[in-house]
Amino acid sequence: MRETVEFTLNGKKVTPVVDSDRMLLWVLRTDLELTGTKYGCGESYCGACTVLLDGEAVRSCQMPMKYVEGKEVITIEGLASAQKLHPLQQAFADHDALQCGYCTPGMIMNAYSLLKTNPQPTGQEIIDGMEGNLCRCGAHNRIVQAIQSGAKMMSGGE
Amino acid sequence: MSLDKYLESNFTDTPLETILNRRDFLKMTGGGILILFSLRDISFAQGSHSLPDDFNAFLHIDEHGSVTCFTGKIEMGQGIITSLAQMLADELDVSLDSVEMVMGDTDLCPYDRGTFGSMSTRFFGPPLRQAAAEARRVLITLASEKMHIPEKQLATDDGTIYSQKNSEQRVTYAQLTKGQKIRRHLTEPVSVKSPKEFEIMGQPVNRRDAHEKVTGNAQYAGDIQVSGMVYASILRPPSHAAKLKSVDLSDAKGVDGLQIVRDGDFIAVLHKYPDVAMDARDKIQAEWDVPKSSLNEKTIFDHLLEAAPPGNTIASGGNLETGERDAESVIEQTYLDGYVAHAPMEPHTAVVQFDGTSAKVWASTQTPFSAKEEAARELGIPADNVRVITPFVGGGFGGKTRNLQVQEAAKIAKLSGKPVQVAWSRSDEFFEDSFRPAAVVKVKGGLDDTGKISLWDYNVYFAGERGASQFYNIPNHRTKSYGGGWGGVPGAHPFATGAWRAPANNTNTFARESHVDMLAASVDIDPVEFRLQNLSDARMKRVINTAADNFGWKPTKSSPNTGFGIACGTDAGTYVATMAEVEVDRKSGQVQVKRVLCTQDMGICINPEGATIQMEGCITMGMGYALSEDVRFKGGDILDKNFGTYELPKFSWLPKIETVILDHQELDPQGGGEPAIITMGAVIANAIYDAVGARVVQLPMTPERVKAALGS
Repeated sequence: MRETVEFTLNGKKVTPVVDSDRMLLWVLRTDLELTGTKYGCGESYCGACTVLLDGEAVRSCQMPMKYVEGKEVITIEGLASAQKLHPLQQAFADHDALQCGYCTPGMIMNAYSLLKTNPQPTGQEIIDGMEGNLCRCGAHNRIVQAIQSGAKMMSGGE
Repeated sequence: MSLDKYLESNFTDTPLETILNRRDFLKMTGGGILILFSLRDISFAQGSHSLPDDFNAFLHIDEHGSVTCFTGKIEMGQGIITSLAQMLADELDVSLDSVEMVMGDTDLCPYDRGTFGSMSTRFFGPPLRQAAAEARRVLITLASEKMHIPEKQLATDDGTIYSQKNSEQRVTYAQLTKGQKIRRHLTEPVSVKSPKEFEIMGQPVNRRDAHEKVTGNAQYAGDIQVSGMVYASILRPPSHAAKLKSVDLSDAKGVDGLQIVRDGDFIAVLHKYPDVAMDARDKIQAEWDVPKSSLNEKTIFDHLLEAAPPGNTIASGGNLETGERDAESVIEQTYLDGYVAHAPMEPHTAVVQFDGTSAKVWASTQTPFSAKEEAARELGIPADNVRVITPFVGGGFGGKTRNLQVQEAAKIAKLSGKPVQVAWSRSDEFFEDSFRPAAVVKVKGGLDDTGKISLWDYNVYFAGERGASQFYNIPNHRTKSYGGGWGGVPGAHPFATGAWRAPANNTNTFARESHVDMLAASVDIDPVEFRLQNLSDARMKRVINTAADNFGWKPTKSSPNTGFGIACGTDAGTYVATMAEVEVDRKSGQVQVKRVLCTQDMGICINPEGATIQMEGCITMGMGYALSEDVRFKGGDILDKNFGTYELPKFSWLPKIETVILDHQELDPQGGGEPAIITMGAVIANAIYDAVGARVVQLPMTPERVKAALGS
């Protein structure tokens, strides 16, 4: 059934009129034209579609719009402020923690959520926290390093 | 060239030397390497097309001094968006920041056969550098005429030409060209820089596309939305070779705003939302005639041996009978390798906008110029009326050389009269992928009474030739390949197969290096020592010795279940030696790779940072085909439909990875995107053997297979 679903997207109120059974991923990518969030598997295995829902990393490919009502959604487009990259984004760039870049938005959003709950994770905690995000190019070790250095930058008050 | 012929070239590996043996166009000069224009006509890299002689086809300097580089190559993560820019910037003498890359746009870029085979740096690099070097020389001539200063007194720096006697006298490239095409050309060929003169090449440079990719601004084909566009979801058969018996579209037709197009068995549902189209596809009730087949991932190997045509001898020397008669001991072994999926994170995607006479196509493709031909054929218009634009490609690995999704989108655009996006679902991707072919390798190796390899009878079925020829000193040897590489022969594979990162070489290196290890173990000689004893190739010895030095071969075992392995090989003109440490859980058969060290001799390295990342990527991806990736199927039905059952390497798998790129300035740049993956199967197999004494002869080395090998 089509209805207005009101929620906060990257700090701004949005009110798309959608079938509330549709998944957030597709509403973001088509109705709201934010294509940074990617489709990779459609079944929660890969994490390319990860966004934050009320601060928690969720797989937007499996998140019906009806559960988004009234909540706060942050996508990869909502991390950088003006011209300045978020420290995590900067760390990914500095460490060359990406190749094709397709999994990168999901990696960064998942890592962001991880650091919200655990600002100074150990290497093993990062590995555990990122286990559900797939990267085919093999940037894994650099991603772990980038998250470690992003964590340092964030705790430094940046 | 036919598509078949075109793809076939994926499976051969042409080292630069083969081409450079045509010494008539390559001469060493005092000042550097002189490459004549005929290098632009490298038949293998370019097919029947030659690259333009006019350097303007490769670069443009605008009125503000920004430089655009045009290349038919595409960026899929391998990093040439950075390394090609380094080449251009260095030879033209402009800052790297001033270079913008335009890649894979068939209207703007010179023809290119495709981005595969680790050929961009090897074969597009030299003509690009040549074009930039010529442009720089022409600009000096133009400056000389404008400033009335002899050319010899002029020098360049960062897009500016100045008098060496009075640096106040200067003119920028932009002032000279005013954004116009440069009409002047040189009649004599010009030298490109020698490695000693490099300022930007040879320096580690971070990825230039990182900012776009970390912000979500990088566009992939699926991110392209054009006005009025619909998303298509295509009905797929349950099994390859299935024929549509009957179909009931009534449930699908009930979906609001849905359009259905049909051309025989080809049925697609279109909607302005991709998810609605996908759901509607599931509402189609179709009945299929599915031919019976006894083939599956276990029975395929016997089938392949039966289906194999006579083999081609690709290398031989001495006499096998003599070798066998004189051998002190002979070891025979059959090695098996299953089908492997490309599984790029971005599924195949294409957008086609067709106005009845011309078309614009955005595609995730490694072969935009073939996509242009294929879209034109489907649309029934001349290829000149089609423009293919290649946005960022979300991983290719050889799988995006075949543009089925482009053909599908073109067909639907024509049928529906609307701009169309076809973005495969993950199950579409697993179903329509052209897998790395399953293969069998039979090897017979013999040793003489001094422990040297004296016999090598190597027969590879359906993997292909790349990496099959051995490089040890073996007096009596023969290498035969049966059934070719990518598509095999009719009736061999029950579905499409194709090029997969370092085609054939993963299988061949696994078989060869496992077998060499078995020979070493049979006479109780250290596997590194054994290889060195049987080698005279100085480059190979150097990569092995470097690996041993850096790895500390052979370290003390930290537990009774850990072990160390070595494997080496060549690919795309590059030499690789890899060492690994693994730990094997004897109960579960689970293998954890603890440490991997890879040494690589790739000649001159244009971007050490980029090359290192490619090596790391190869090592990580290689653990997948080594340990878990095996497409399961029943007849033509692909049972693996998503990552829940088809397991890619994950964060928890990751070993400590160390890479060493050897300094080799005397050799032109060789391939970098694939070589380091070829050794991963063998190095892990050999380390498992060292750890627990179990020889696993089938890839992937799943816990079950490791356990079985332990029990045998």
